[in-house]
Amino acid sequence: MAQTSYDLIVIGGGPGGYVSAIRAVQLGLKTALVERALLGGVCLNWGCIPTKTLLHAAELYHSMKNADKLGLTIKGMTFDLKKMVERSRTVSSRLNKGVAHLLKKNKVTVIEGAARLAGAGGLHVENGKSQNLSLSAKHIILATGARARVLPGLEPDGALVWSYKEALVPDAMPKSLLVVGSGAIGMEFASFFNMLGCHVKIVETLDRVLPLEDDEISTFIRKSFEAQGVAIHTSATVKSLKKAKNSVTAAIESDGGPLKIKVDRVIVAAGIVGNVEDIGLRNTKVKLDGTHIAVDQWSRTDEPGVYAIGDVAGPPWLAHKASHEGIICVEKIAGLEDVHPLDSTRIPSCTYSHPQVASIGLSERKAKEQGHDVKVGRFSFSGNGKALTLDEPDGMVKTVFDANTGELLGAHMAGAVVTELVQGYAIAKTLETTETELMHTVFPHPTLSEMMQESVLDAYGRAIHL
Amino acid sequence: MSVQIMMPALSPTMTEGKLSKWIKKEGEAIESGDVIAEIETDKATMELEAADDGVLARILVAEGAEGVPVNSVIAVLLEEGEDAANLDVPASPPPQAQAPEIKPEPTQKPKTPTFSNGQRIFISPLARRMAEQGGLDLKAVRGTGPKGRIVKRDIKASPKTSHGASPEAAYTEVPHTTMRKVIAQRLSEAKRDIPHYYLSVDCKIDCLLETRKKLNAKASEGKGAYKISVNDFVVRAVALALKQYPAVNASWSDEAVRHYNDIDISVAVAAPGGLVTPVVRQADAKGLGALSREIKALAERAREGKLAPEEYQGGGFTISNLGMYGVKEFAAIINPPQSCILAVGAGEQRPVAENGELSVATVMTCTLSVDHRTVDGALAAQFLSVFKGFMEEPLTMLL
Repeated sequence: MAQTSYDLIVIGGGPGGYVSAIRAVQLGLKTALVERALLGGVCLNWGCIPTKTLLHAAELYHSMKNADKLGLTIKGMTFDLKKMVERSRTVSSRLNKGVAHLLKKNKVTVIEGAARLAGAGGLHVENGKSQNLSLSAKHIILATGARARVLPGLEPDGALVWSYKEALVPDAMPKSLLVVGSGAIGMEFASFFNMLGCHVKIVETLDRVLPLEDDEISTFIRKSFEAQGVAIHTSATVKSLKKAKNSVTAAIESDGGPLKIKVDRVIVAAGIVGNVEDIGLRNTKVKLDGTHIAVDQWSRTDEPGVYAIGDVAGPPWLAHKASHEGIICVEKIAGLEDVHPLDSTRIPSCTYSHPQVASIGLSERKAKEQGHDVKVGRFSFSGNGKALTLDEPDGMVKTVFDANTGELLGAHMAGAVVTELVQGYAIAKTLETTETELMHTVFPHPTLSEMMQESVLDAYGRAIHL
Repeated sequence: MSVQIMMPALSPTMTEGKLSKWIKKEGEAIESGDVIAEIETDKATMELEAADDGVLARILVAEGAEGVPVNSVIAVLLEEGEDAANLDVPASPPPQAQAPEIKPEPTQKPKTPTFSNGQRIFISPLARRMAEQGGLDLKAVRGTGPKGRIVKRDIKASPKTSHGASPEAAYTEVPHTTMRKVIAQRLSEAKRDIPHYYLSVDCKIDCLLETRKKLNAKASEGKGAYKISVNDFVVRAVALALKQYPAVNASWSDEAVRHYNDIDISVAVAAPGGLVTPVVRQADAKGLGALSREIKALAERAREGKLAPEEYQGGGFTISNLGMYGVKEFAAIINPPQSCILAVGAGEQRPVAENGELSVATVMTCTLSVDHRTVDGALAAQFLSVFKGFMEEPLTMLL
């Protein structure tokens, strides 16, 4: 009979769960991880990784179409959607095996099945293949993740109306597409299909795209998308979908009056809801906050010994947030000193659309709302040598400082490769540098990163290349 | 010719001051009499007025700079028609001065903070700046960052900025104000250098209280209104006693003893930042009503930090009254360069033996601290005896 008693059991093998399990073993906890589907979770199998694989191919294709400008002659370039999708599945599969290997190497017991809390540290695992298991642990971390929010009348049907899952494995390229929701997921799919020649329209309920980003970034991205041929309707809501054999007509209510849009396919990307069902919460004191589990700063639920991390514990819905929450939660459980709650203003956020968006910390508006006197700096890609060599003159870097203390409150970027740049500001925030240290840092030339410094200089009226 | 604006000496004891605020900016036109800056002296915050017309060409001492020596150049004024090329910035600018082209950036001067044993304090740049801005003593802050590094949350949690939220800190360090430094320096000097001795008398003040009651009952309303306090009687009695013994109204210097011509009495007032002593000029020439109104106005301005230098400079004798707090008696430290300070306690009913009989009287103990270099014991005793006479028979103050 296998071990049934653990120091820690993690439910869910996504970026929150598997990272927590590995950290727990590092700290000497006997740890098991229960996963009902695929190790790596949505992120690795149906989210971050496959979308980025597809977007890379689409972006290359998009660049190649303008290759003539660079002195490259490419004739008869086409794409093979099937192959693209296959490659995205291959990458996911490889990483999925990688996670299994990491867990094995770290001696985390991996149990397949759907887990359900059974009270007093008990856990019931239903496994279709073998007999059911009863486990117990001093600590249980719920890392069950989230799934796409289903809106009434906009239920995905797998054929004409897609969720992210169907959108990741299209068998043919639709001629036209309606994306409902302009958060990171919606904007990435819009970008992908648009770059491959599909006519894309976006409908957003709020008054701007990427509503979580700084207003200037939203404005910039909207302009850029529209210049690429994407139609955007903000302050607009899809009321109903009328399906024909191979097309859908969406009835939309907007500030500009009612609107009908006929498209081949619809992608619904209108937020996510936590996976809180069928995990035995009813038998516990665990409280819900909307569709998410309510937790304190150490990820503790109201049930002693039960914790929740990642998407199921609420926004921001980001893999790296889940991983960090997990690490903090486990370190607290293990009794480490020097553990501090996750500071949400230090979590970078990335959107891999074309152009990319990356940000960290407070937007200018939020900073002001919180009572900061701010100094704001901006720098444009058009003033950066490296951006021009890459033929990427469209983009911006904006920085927001507290005028009194020089604290970097936020940084907001749009343009090529910014998702790789934002970590510089993340380090700056963690080390609590002020504008002075950022100004004193030597940035290499020629790089896009030079703009990060110029934006800081601009906030203090000292930009050199402006 | 450009005009150099110096740190003014706003009181005789002022050797340095804090430039608390620049009212005018570089490049602004200024007329003589315009307020250009606020200076925090040892006693109050003062406005610095321009003596000439022109343009404020250069600010050489950053806002917030402390310990700016008196007579050091703090700014340069250009007269009409001059341009910046005419600027003769002082050859050896004060420490806060920057090269003319660079705006002062006081936040860019951090040196690595260290403990007294020379060990480096590990602290994030942001936390260091916040600590500086908040005037926080880093030695009192416990770092909770990696390996004890002091980070922003530690500064925010320290009592100075969060009103005592940190359970770990056993005390709060309040940085010295200019005023506090001056009080410390002058009173230490006084207690160390002046050979103090102390004489106490008990004054029976029942008659005085009765007189006060009658006078106040007759007080008119409006402009001539008054409400005479016991302390006003004390001031009047001291003034008249000093008139009889002018040698008490004196101060010691290494060369000579200075006898003052006027009877100017300093009255100690507890202001928010510390003790202030506004001066009642020629107190012997003023009636109780006038004295009362003047002292009241001075005390109010003192508490608001709005005294002008001429209102607190000088004085030949100080009165400190803690009677209203129920203090029975106390011995005060002399306010240099004066020779005497009278410490006034509370008037309270005490048993009094007189002519072999025990009775009850309202008695107030007054203690005179005396500088033995200027005033010998017999003189001080005579002075105190006359003072006691006035207090016990207030009508004699009319003579």
